[in-house]
Amino acid sequence: MSATVSLPRRWRRSLADPQRASLLATAMLFALMAGAGGVLYDGFLNPQVFLNLLIDNAFLCVVAVGMTFVILSGGIDLSVGAVLAFATVLCAVLVQHHGWHPLAAIALALALGTGFGAAMGLLIQRYRLPAFVVTLAGMFLARGAATLLSVDSISIDHPFMTRLAYLRLPLGGGYALSVGAVVALVVVAAAVWVARSTRFGRAVYAIGGNRASAALMGLPVAATEVAVYALSGFCAALGGVLCALYMLSGYSLHGSALELDAIAAVVVGGTLLAGGSGHVLGTLLGVLILGLIQTLIAFDGSLSSWWTKIAIGALLLVFCLLQRVLASRRRR
Amino acid sequence: MSPQSPSPDPALPRSARFAAPLRRAAAWPLFWPLLTLALLLAGNGLFNPGFLSLRWQDGHLYGNLVDIANRAAPLAVVSLGMTLVIAVRGLDISVGAVLAICATVAAWVVVRAGGGDAAPGLLPLGLGILAALAVALACGAWNATLVLKAGMQPIVATLVLMVAGRGIAQLVSGGQIITVYYPPYAFLGGGFLFGLPFPVYVVAGLFLGLYLATERTALGLFVRSIGHNPQAAHVAGVRARAITAAAYVFCAFCAGVAGLLVSSNVSSADANNAGLMLELDAILAVCLGGTALTGGRFSLAGSVLGALIIQTLTSTIYAAGVPPQVNLVVKAALVFAVMLLQSAEFRGEVRRRLARGAGAGA
Repeated sequence: MSATVSLPRRWRRSLADPQRASLLATAMLFALMAGAGGVLYDGFLNPQVFLNLLIDNAFLCVVAVGMTFVILSGGIDLSVGAVLAFATVLCAVLVQHHGWHPLAAIALALALGTGFGAAMGLLIQRYRLPAFVVTLAGMFLARGAATLLSVDSISIDHPFMTRLAYLRLPLGGGYALSVGAVVALVVVAAAVWVARSTRFGRAVYAIGGNRASAALMGLPVAATEVAVYALSGFCAALGGVLCALYMLSGYSLHGSALELDAIAAVVVGGTLLAGGSGHVLGTLLGVLILGLIQTLIAFDGSLSSWWTKIAIGALLLVFCLLQRVLASRRRR
Repeated sequence: MSPQSPSPDPALPRSARFAAPLRRAAAWPLFWPLLTLALLLAGNGLFNPGFLSLRWQDGHLYGNLVDIANRAAPLAVVSLGMTLVIAVRGLDISVGAVLAICATVAAWVVVRAGGGDAAPGLLPLGLGILAALAVALACGAWNATLVLKAGMQPIVATLVLMVAGRGIAQLVSGGQIITVYYPPYAFLGGGFLFGLPFPVYVVAGLFLGLYLATERTALGLFVRSIGHNPQAAHVAGVRARAITAAAYVFCAFCAGVAGLLVSSNVSSADANNAGLMLELDAILAVCLGGTALTGGRFSLAGSVLGALIIQTLTSTIYAAGVPPQVNLVVKAALVFAVMLLQSAEFRGEVRRRLARGAGAGA
């Protein structure tokens, strides 16, 4: 125990905080997996491999950030994958078939996504309906609306979009990031600021911790709850725009089961599904860990794709158990 | 409540005489699901007179109604299990994955046990069913352990199996669709007994057994008490943990039965697509049937009706010749409508609006 005592007091305090402890566990897991990959496979520790993690998972990252706020407030949003698909189809239809400028189409998609989220939030908040079922119906609605717009996949070849899609921002040394990855990083940075330093962010944590006491403290519970779902809708639509950019197509089957990946990323990132505790940076790490599992399996080459699912399931299990242990330690 | 006279008072206005029984009917839990189903069927009958007809041919009953009952069977079976889990304040989102695992295991065992030979007898069928149901029970026990021993939230606990389950199913099948060339296996999901499809009997048998167990013994009361307040139920001496665990195990068992029906119906098992989104449809059916998602209040008959409503809706959309993609939108609209009707806050707001409107008019 003498080693523990000799740690500076600030460190000890931050380790005792279960929020930081689970963030640390996530970060350590990421480092461990990356290290294992580096030992096992040649060229795994090339920085571009890690930049590609960001590039390939940019839209998942944005969606998961929105999901983080919903889960922090104690809710759940199952509609994100469908809203993402709707946004890709809407952008593609407007740009390819109706001659809209991509920026106008993107603006409309973002507005519709936000409005859709706000409408679901209103139903959940005002009529005390279970979030699970409302957002489930929202998922049917958005996916159905996307198929109504177009059943087939529409490829996007507008010069503005293709130039944006192939644009790489050089980081020096021959490494580069895509526009989508940069947007994802900006979203994460903004979300960290919103969660830690704004009234809205603190209200989200308070509502997730204890809804009744948040209301008694005079926090705007109703408005915050609606805003959380609107934010998630916005992030899902933005994810859709990034997805359309990444795939250069709009398809109603894009992002199927994406809500599960987003929830998994949030949970692996150390956010408590009961709400009230968690960190946006953890979600970014969670997304990167999910991407790392796929990269590891791709590097190996002999493992079948279904091991991805089993590995993600096992990771979820480990993290949930870890959270239980941390939570029970806090209670003592 | 005030004592009511057996015959309505003739001095009352006509509307009041009809309003009271109507209100009593509307308070009956199965009223809304039955009304929805009846309206759907009546609408179909109106626009397509052949829809409701039944005919007897080669000793089998044919018609859209039989078809709907047959196709709704796997969903109805899963909804019955889901009803119990939701009634004890749980949720099982792994049923689709469990269905895929059980379907794959059943097909794998049947093929390995000699289901492809010329005259293998009934042994492979028995082995397949046993293996699938054993795997289902194991999955249920796993979920129950995570919820009760590890104390996880039900959504998270079952999310683990939901994510990993399809991977496990693909592991069993080696990533291939397993095709079964073995006639007895096809009977489970595609055979006829006394003129009706066999799956209908499976649903009826499960429903009857469950109904007797919950309504003719104290089990139903225990389940409701756990759903309303687990602590109070525990203090009152109800074995809350054991009953909750049994609900999860039973739900997985139902998913296993549904897996047998689904894979037998198409004589193959597709680890990737069998029972896809089934968990959502099952929760929807339970919700449509009037079971409270917060636990406590549940209706087994309502859940079966909910499954029938979902299947009728699908059949309607195919029969009406509308593009199938409308299905999702209609389903969403239906869920929103049913949920709002079930919400006390919404009904209160509508009543206030109506009262205000009437007050302004007077």
